Amino acid sequence: MQVKAPDRAAAEHRAPPRRPADRPRPPAARWWRSRTVQGLGYAAPTALFVAVFFLLPLLLVGQMSLHDWPLLAGDRGGNAPENYTDISDSPLFWPAVRFTLLYTVIVTVVLLGLALLLALLVQESRPGAGFFRTVYFLPGALGLASASLLFWGLYSPTTGPLTGILEKLGLVDDPVSFLGTPTSALLSTVFLVVWKFAGFYMLILLVGLQRIPHEIYEAARMDGASRAQIFRSITLPLLRPSLALSLLLCVTGSLLAFDQFFVLTKGGPDNSTVTVVQLIYREAFQKLNLGTAAALSIIVLAALLLLNIVQFRGLRRDDAS
Amino acid sequence: MGSTTGRRGQMRRLALGAVALLTTASLITACGSGEDGSGGGGGGKAADAKGVDDGATLTMWTRAATRPQSEALVKAYNAHHKNKIELTVIPTDDYQAKVGAAAGSRDLPDLFASDVVFVPNYTSSGLFADLTDRVDALPFADKLAQSHIKAGTYEGKKYVVPHTLDLSVLFYNKELYKKAELDPAKPPTTLAEWDRQARAVDALGGDVNGTFFGGNCGGCGVFTWWPSIWAAGDQVLNEDGTEAKLDSATAKKVYDTYRGWVKDDIVAPGARDETGATWTGVFPKGKVGVMPMPSTTLGLMPKNLDLGVAPIPGPDGGKSTFVGGDAIGIAATSKKADQAWNFLAWSLGDEAQVDVVAAHKDVVARTDLASNKYSDADPRLVTINQLVADGRTPYALKFGQTFNDPNGPWLSLMRDAVFGDGASVEKDNKAVSASLAD
Repeated sequence: MQVKAPDRAAAEHRAPPRRPADRPRPPAARWWRSRTVQGLGYAAPTALFVAVFFLLPLLLVGQMSLHDWPLLAGDRGGNAPENYTDISDSPLFWPAVRFTLLYTVIVTVVLLGLALLLALLVQESRPGAGFFRTVYFLPGALGLASASLLFWGLYSPTTGPLTGILEKLGLVDDPVSFLGTPTSALLSTVFLVVWKFAGFYMLILLVGLQRIPHEIYEAARMDGASRAQIFRSITLPLLRPSLALSLLLCVTGSLLAFDQFFVLTKGGPDNSTVTVVQLIYREAFQKLNLGTAAALSIIVLAALLLLNIVQFRGLRRDDAS
Repeated sequence: MGSTTGRRGQMRRLALGAVALLTTASLITACGSGEDGSGGGGGGKAADAKGVDDGATLTMWTRAATRPQSEALVKAYNAHHKNKIELTVIPTDDYQAKVGAAAGSRDLPDLFASDVVFVPNYTSSGLFADLTDRVDALPFADKLAQSHIKAGTYEGKKYVVPHTLDLSVLFYNKELYKKAELDPAKPPTTLAEWDRQARAVDALGGDVNGTFFGGNCGGCGVFTWWPSIWAAGDQVLNEDGTEAKLDSATAKKVYDTYRGWVKDDIVAPGARDETGATWTGVFPKGKVGVMPMPSTTLGLMPKNLDLGVAPIPGPDGGKSTFVGGDAIGIAATSKKADQAWNFLAWSLGDEAQVDVVAAHKDVVARTDLASNKYSDADPRLVTINQLVADGRTPYALKFGQTFNDPNGPWLSLMRDAVFGDGASVEKDNKAVSASLAD
């Protein structure tokens, strides 16, 4: 309803309207509390989820790591720090640490290099780009255990087709042992992981590439910059957030490698592909010792936490500079 | 009372939260680790030898490796009893973890079978109910496969009965034997004869090979190599399973024979990589002369494959077998022990052993039924059934982590001895002993 002019004038002569500051307001503490309650309400479901499914198990693992806890017999009481000191006594521990680091370096370099190449190939909206993006990403839709089983079948010299195909093509004379030597087992696993995850990391990098404004590239071209210069001085620096995220995910995932080795090599041949997480599994379900497995889990968690802190700090420093 | 706001307040709340979580964790842990492992099993009491058939629903677990045998027994039992068994088949590799987790949460089924070599882990941890009186009351108690009963006896009490028996025996391809001008009626009786016959078949050339084995599978080595050592009268472990004797002169003769096959390419492709998943799939293709196989695969062989069965021989003769398979017991936490016993007692009776087990060409769990109407029609079954008395089941609490674990010390010994030069057998044997005594 519109206010008539005389009424409006009368209204103007009345007491001036209260500004927000003049309104009676609740005491500061109550207002703060109300906001807090609202915030807690929003955060509670997630906090509860994290508490139940992360913090509580973490505390249990911490407790387990300080106790003698056979899988079949349950808690037999504290034995700290025996579970932690026992870890380094295992002849498999240090080789597993070395192998996990080697695998992480190889996978990270090969996987991110290939993912970047694929992202650069399909970043422009040309005919067929959508098809190739889908094809590259498709293996990522498969579970890692399923993909590992698929490759195990392909690699098998007794039941797999690869050896037969290579023989028919005349590339080899004898059956190929894809998982028979330490080097071939490592490379065969790396091949699987790259096949499986290259499309996923391509997608992350593709999003990063498409966020770089075209005007910057045009300006560089007008200034006479070569393709290599554009890539080095524009693409790479502006892609850093996406590269950083990919690096973080890839390194963390590789350090926690388990499924692919469990299915493909079972740590063999001759214990040459045992990863740290496989050791945790071995302690818990082969040696039936949950205490040592928990201690090893805590050590891996601490190492990952440290690594992530270092990576984040490095990235923040880069951003600041 | 201190403030709950500000930095100090936040810290206090965090600390309070952590204490609350720790308290909850402790309570949960305390609840989950009860001392009493006997539950409602009541297996030690003398009960009706046949148990109770009152229409109870029983839960039962078995591993995938012995699924056909378990399913056949359960199906036959459910068809003629008021009690009903709900069978769950669990992947073989996950079985120990599943049982361990269920034991921790006191959530075991009424009945659970186990690879017989892992039974000592469960009996020593109190997971099975005491069946001593019930087993002893059976009219055929002394005729049950004693290697399984022995593996399930802990501190003088019997906790399990044989469920499915799986013996290691030699399978040989009679058609290839004829082509190689070997007598198909004369399988090897010594390791030297086995060697000679495998080489003769391998000489046929093409895609035919003399033999095959799982060279990256500790369990396969235990199952197929140890009978050759036992056949010579030697031991592989000491009495309480804490010391290995795998560096004996007999053991070295066995390793030497296998190493010779690898060196001279008598073995079918893939032996070096074979982790156990497909090792029984090679012989049915009809291109391997003679190799050790699990007896449970006899009924699964192609109908057109003319194969013979023979005991695994020692270097200079003798015969033995690894009496594997599954033993079964009643969970200590079961509230239906009498009904569960009804199934176990029935499964060992004449009807189940002959009309279910023997009819499926599987090994019977009783020596007095070695010769029955089904085995009489197939002499190979008699050969297998009679081996139960000559066979052994090794006993060691640390069996899994030492011999079955793909990263365990036995697999290193196996591979060094056969794919290497065999020079580190003594050193590797010490590592095996250390694992057993761990």
